[in-house]
Amino acid sequence: MPNMSLKKNEMPSQEPNVRNKNFKEVALGYTEEQAIDEAKRCLNCKNRPCVSGCPVNIMIPDFIAKMAEGDFEGAYQVIAKSSALPAVCGRVCPQESQCEKLCVRGKKGEPVGIGRLERFAADWHNERVKEAPEKPRPNGHKVAVIGSGPSGLTCAGDLARLGYEVTVFEALHTAGGVLVYGIPEFRLPKAIVQKEIDGLKEMGVKIETNMVIGRALSIDELLEDGFEAVFIGSGAGLPRFMNIPGENLKGVYSANEFLTRVNLMKAYLPGSDTPIQHAKRVAVVGGGNVAMDAARCAKRLGAEEVYIVYRRSEKELPARAEEVEHAKEEGIIFKLLNNPAKILGDETGSVKGMECLEMELGEPDASGRRRPVEKQGSEFVLDVDCVIMAIGTSPNPLIKSTTQGLETQKWGGIIVEEETGLTSRPNVYAGGDAVTGAATVILAMGAGKTAAKAIHEKLCGKES
Amino acid sequence: MYKIVKKRELNPTVTLMEIAAPAVAKKAQPGQFIILRVDEKGERIPLTVADYNRESGTVTIIFQIVGATTEKLNHKQEGGFIQDFVGPLGVPTHTEGLKKVAVVGGGVGCAIAYPIAKKLHSEGCEVHSIVGFRSKDLVILEEEFAAASTRLCRRSDDGSWGEKGLVTDALRKLLESGEKYDRVIAIGPLIMMKFVCKLTKEFDIPTTVSMNPIMIDGTGMCGGCRLSLIQEGRRVTKFACVDGPDFDGHEVDFDEAMARGAMYKDFERHAHEETCNLFREVESHA
Repeated sequence: MPNMSLKKNEMPSQEPNVRNKNFKEVALGYTEEQAIDEAKRCLNCKNRPCVSGCPVNIMIPDFIAKMAEGDFEGAYQVIAKSSALPAVCGRVCPQESQCEKLCVRGKKGEPVGIGRLERFAADWHNERVKEAPEKPRPNGHKVAVIGSGPSGLTCAGDLARLGYEVTVFEALHTAGGVLVYGIPEFRLPKAIVQKEIDGLKEMGVKIETNMVIGRALSIDELLEDGFEAVFIGSGAGLPRFMNIPGENLKGVYSANEFLTRVNLMKAYLPGSDTPIQHAKRVAVVGGGNVAMDAARCAKRLGAEEVYIVYRRSEKELPARAEEVEHAKEEGIIFKLLNNPAKILGDETGSVKGMECLEMELGEPDASGRRRPVEKQGSEFVLDVDCVIMAIGTSPNPLIKSTTQGLETQKWGGIIVEEETGLTSRPNVYAGGDAVTGAATVILAMGAGKTAAKAIHEKLCGKES
Repeated sequence: MYKIVKKRELNPTVTLMEIAAPAVAKKAQPGQFIILRVDEKGERIPLTVADYNRESGTVTIIFQIVGATTEKLNHKQEGGFIQDFVGPLGVPTHTEGLKKVAVVGGGVGCAIAYPIAKKLHSEGCEVHSIVGFRSKDLVILEEEFAAASTRLCRRSDDGSWGEKGLVTDALRKLLESGEKYDRVIAIGPLIMMKFVCKLTKEFDIPTTVSMNPIMIDGTGMCGGCRLSLIQEGRRVTKFACVDGPDFDGHEVDFDEAMARGAMYKDFERHAHEETCNLFREVESHA
């Protein structure tokens, strides 16, 4: 008998006024009973629109059917066929614009909590199932993966399962990319990321940290060294600034810097050697997930007031709905339809305020979004001592500038064949944010999968 | 983990270490830097490549003990290990086509200036090195500089080594006596580089400085190391870790760089005191 409740089972979570003072995970996850109850809301409908909304096409109704029977490991196995990082994606995917957007139950009431169920299945498996995955038989082929973010890890995992000898090169000292330096602990516990990476290592994937490709080794050298194919999953880590006066004052951070200090370097822990400013009043400029993460971290570091300054209205906020909701509950103040004009400094070169302008929405632009227009004479000063710029990132030019014949878009994105991820260089593939510019974890994973399949066809297609 | 294959005290506050890091040693060039992390809880700090040996796969770093991390690093012994060591980073110093160069080094900046002087000298360039220290006890790399220079001017603040005075005084004297340089390369404290640039601007000599802002990743992903250049009256932001660390000294906004360098002063002072106390406690129990 399906559960016909119009609402999703609520996810137990820490109280807003408790959690905005710690870095522990906000959402605590379903209990077994809640998971089974939620799974029963799925109608197992014939045309399965949810599956087409998932960038890696997880067989959603199949795994949910197993969950409804209480077969959590079986559910996990269904997901694992399509996704390498379910504990991550169940937490950070923007489900409302993907699988859950297309759920039939969402037409009248709330869609099935697909992300929450995926998360439950992955956590259940990770907590209980200890045996290492079977090591595949080597097929004698070597592939190099540049970058250990979601696209690189997925590509490496898929190839390792097929018997490839895979080496992942990571520039930082810890693997995981944005999963470790960008997304905070309270949204994605680092132990979960580590677990998924350990799983890859058990399958034989080698991870070399502290290796900056483009400096220590070039792509050409990797190919000369016996790697038959290279996958570039180096992401879009180059931060953008607004080019307004005062941006180099002390107390102005890129979100990447602020989040790297907090998440990767653990600057919030007393034992960490990495410093961070414990600001009193913080303005975060931007409206994406990165802006929400930065704002919520600033609050947890003890800021009394934290503002999100965004030039469009609430409807256009690109962040995940759940994160916007969480940010509001935690006391983040939204200054919508506002745009910074300059940052003001004191005599020591530190931030003392930010001058903003009010905006109104004009005609839709080429992308269909209504363009924000400045309201003349609406200047006002926001009294802040820290400004975090979260207005986007672009691909790092290092690989492009050190790889001859690698074609890129004007803005830096690597140009690839959509179906294969092949770049303008033979045997060199790319995917994820390095190709698309800043996007989502699951899209990056999808691109890693596509490239792994194409690499396999290229290297083993004739043999199999 | 990266092994410390050699450790030598150059003076009471400056230490040389050779680190086994074959991938870095294979590619490193003068002007580039590395980032290291002493231990699991450590911060990432940038240090310039002072030398390298491609055969033995080692990279030499020279550091001054100025805070908690350099204090911890200095407590590591030969044969011990550091957690992380990544590089080479940044763009190598351009030396092509230079026939006569004045290399100006101040304090521990001499550790960065030396490999550049050595490279220029080995390429047949006439090198005038002007090196300055606060006093005789702090002198490093004297013989090395002597071997890599056509002419060596020694200066100390208190006159205990070479002539009394600042490196800028020595450079002015050379310029006023009619020496013509294709380029001046200045490396040392920001304030020193600022005044060298002021001087060379007067004489219209192209000047390269090696900037040393606060860095985290060193790969261009955070912009913590950004600085302003003034190019044709316009302010342009650059990231020292990928665009530098070398810049045209006549374009750099030194005052902004000095302010940014002081961002974490209080935290750093506190961390250094704590680290020193910790070591004192450990040693008193030993």
